[in-house]
Amino acid sequence: MLRHLPTALGALIVGAALLAALFGPSLVPHDPFAQDLLRRLVPPAWLGGDAAHPLGTDQLGRDYLARLVYGARISLVIGVVAALTSGLIGITLGVLGGFFGGWVDDLVMFAITCRLSIPLILVALAVVSAVGSSLSVVVLTLGLLLWDRFAVVARTTTMQVRRLDYVAAAQAAGASGFHVLWREVLPNIAHHLVVVATLEVALAILLEAVLSFLGLGVPAPLPSWGLMIAEGRDYMFFEPWVIMVPGLSLFVLVLGINLLGDGLRDLLAASRDA
Amino acid sequence: MLDVAGLRVSFGAIEAVHGVSLRVRHGETHCLVGESGCGKSVTALAIMGLLARGARRRAERIGFDGTDLLALSDRGMGRLRGSRIGMIFQEPMTSLNPAYTVSSQLTEVYRRHRGGTRAAATERAAALLGRVGISAPGLRLGQFPHQLSGGLRQRVMIAMALMCDPDLLIADEPTTALDVTVQAGILRLLAALQAEMGLALLLITHDLGVVARVAHQVSVMYAGEVVESAPVAALFARPTHPYTQGLLASVPVPGKLRRGQPLDPIPGSVPRIPPDFVGCGFRERCRFAMPACAVAVPLRERAPGHSYLCQLTP
Amino acid sequence: MMSAIEVRDVFRSFGRVRAVDGVSLRVPSGGVMGIVGESGCGKSTLARIILGLLPASSGDVLVEGQSLAGLDRRARARLIQPVFQDPYSSLNPRHRVRDIVALPLRAQGIWDVETPVLDMLARVGLDSTLADRLPAQLSGGQRQRVAIARALILRPRIVVCDEPTSALDVSVQAQILNLLAELRREMGLTLVFISHNLAVVEHIATEVAVMYLGRIVEQAPVEALFADPRHPYTRALLASVLTPEPGLGIPDAGLGDGTPDPANIPSGCRFHPRCPSVTAGCDTADPAKIRAKGRLVECLLAAD
Repeated sequence: MLRHLPTALGALIVGAALLAALFGPSLVPHDPFAQDLLRRLVPPAWLGGDAAHPLGTDQLGRDYLARLVYGARISLVIGVVAALTSGLIGITLGVLGGFFGGWVDDLVMFAITCRLSIPLILVALAVVSAVGSSLSVVVLTLGLLLWDRFAVVARTTTMQVRRLDYVAAAQAAGASGFHVLWREVLPNIAHHLVVVATLEVALAILLEAVLSFLGLGVPAPLPSWGLMIAEGRDYMFFEPWVIMVPGLSLFVLVLGINLLGDGLRDLLAASRDA
Repeated sequence: MLDVAGLRVSFGAIEAVHGVSLRVRHGETHCLVGESGCGKSVTALAIMGLLARGARRRAERIGFDGTDLLALSDRGMGRLRGSRIGMIFQEPMTSLNPAYTVSSQLTEVYRRHRGGTRAAATERAAALLGRVGISAPGLRLGQFPHQLSGGLRQRVMIAMALMCDPDLLIADEPTTALDVTVQAGILRLLAALQAEMGLALLLITHDLGVVARVAHQVSVMYAGEVVESAPVAALFARPTHPYTQGLLASVPVPGKLRRGQPLDPIPGSVPRIPPDFVGCGFRERCRFAMPACAVAVPLRERAPGHSYLCQLTP
Repeated sequence: MMSAIEVRDVFRSFGRVRAVDGVSLRVPSGGVMGIVGESGCGKSTLARIILGLLPASSGDVLVEGQSLAGLDRRARARLIQPVFQDPYSSLNPRHRVRDIVALPLRAQGIWDVETPVLDMLARVGLDSTLADRLPAQLSGGQRQRVAIARALILRPRIVVCDEPTSALDVSVQAQILNLLAELRREMGLTLVFISHNLAVVEHIATEVAVMYLGRIVEQAPVEALFADPRHPYTRALLASVLTPEPGLGIPDAGLGDGTPDPANIPSGCRFHPRCPSVTAGCDTADPAKIRAKGRLVECLLAAD
């Protein structure tokens, strides 16, 4: 049972973040956008702050807890939607290349090589600054950039499954190419892809934080965790909790997702062997 | 040479081998035959002390040339393996290290057990490769396992097992992965080496053709037990345990069967034996099963050296 | 009489490897064509070409008189079906038995599958309670029965079996062989039966083709081939079989240790470097095909 402890921890963290993102904003009594310039930079309750603001307030007097749980929603939406977009692109390319081989595969490999030659953050910055920053632009940019690992994993696993006799049997049974890919190949590579998906969610969340920190992610006043860190930058020497609260949250959430991903890989591998 | 009595191996609550006894004499080939999952490979691993972690080995006796293997430490066992007891496995590709040349794998074994200079070890390796029927041993010594064909790899494995002049050779399905024409060559080689060096050979196989042609003594395993043990001629002429009879009847023999006539298979498939099982493990597939089979199975002797585990009298 | 399968001068190479190197073969309707040969002789590649799973580099395959190339996948599936060697990789581990067996019907656009699937499971000797199991919950013999049920559910004319019993224990192998023989008789099937096990082929086949390095070197009715093998390779193969008869010792077919390499096919007769009866001319001249009394031998010495 001890083996499953990290997985359980990961599931607990991700579950808590999901709950916070879904219900947090309606449970916290403050509006994350309401400024109160008289109550700026109130420290958290345990640093002698105010019980009305358990995590304190920011430089504009907005409740930090309200912004944090609203930020969880933004982080998770960005992570999941970006991973879904990149998954759709990467899995499609990888499965097609791995299954058909030949010139299709050459094309897919070329696309993957091109993608890997792109400096991720620079291009994301350039795109966002050219198109203008909004939540959907950030999500789409990340989704269009993060598909390489999906493609590589889908391609190699498809190549392994393609050689198995049940694929040949389905073809001999007269099944369509779509059926073979969708019903015979995909279910048998899915467990590898789930693991990639968790990694990509975590990576997208981190990248969004980086973009927001650089001022090119989610536009203010939306409370992204990256933006919260950026806005707290000027006060970090005197009020370090201003960046530690969103920074720690980011670290814990990404750690939780990665733990969950590792655990899922082990569990799925075990269920296959059984 | 090798004397095993009452060997039991369990993995958790599952007992894979319950009470196996067998003897291999000097210069004798003893075949351990059975279908997948009968415990024949586990028996071999248990004798050599190579069971996976989590497995438990108990036995009344495992003796090798006067040494009690049960009392031996892991280190002492390690000294015996590869020097006085040689091993050959089914798939030589997985038992040879792909990253080293044939020469370095052969000499490594020799120098670990016997010491000596590299040159002496290489000389012995070349001589043995020649002995196992590999032409141009000098060339082969410098090659990697993937550059060799399946038959050549198996010959290299045999040469490796022989590097330190063992007294006992344990071979687990040594020809199963090979083509028939190659198989015959490997078996001929094993028989010749045995005659020449007086080796005791414990050969594990599922192939009754191999058994008939190379064995002196045969032990038939089913569900973790030796159900019949006999000299090879007696076993094929007078199979006594119903499982042995069924096994022999289900093999098609070229030229011996009238065409169009169905084979006579054993019904059902090998069962999983639950931990608290008593009685005969074969009774659910046996056409002679009777109520007494669920209680106990006596070990009967049909002739000297021919024993079987069954309620039926011959 | 029209042949169930007619293979016309088929070639197939993978890079430098000439896996199938000019094979012609006719399988009479209702017959069992055994194809034997050692690993790398091209017998499995030939099976995949006959099944339409792999295109030939050149040559043509006719199934029931129709060119395989001209058939769409549904029509082909109704004519010819496979049973593969390894019942652990031939069944999708994520699908239940009932869906595996129903697949060929669904591919034809038939959605009412419950009754035919259960009938077919009963036909191959599987209890209907197994229909909802996953392959991992079945024994090797049961899995191979599922594979046979899938192959027969469309009532095809031809079944191509590629080493169908090689991965099974002997006692289970006999069950599967009996089942195949029985189904063949009742459903009037034509079988192509590929195996390296000569005893099994002798038991089930009516006609045998021996393959060596991509070519059929001898083909004959089963009795003739086993009683009077003409090609030296066929003789060597038969001599190497270890029958379960004690006291006969281990045979020496005189083939030496060389193993055939399909990437480097020898000149002349491709068997000559290993042939125990090699003579002058074998290494240069292509051996002629000699036909007599329904048999075919590709050897210079077989003329007399």
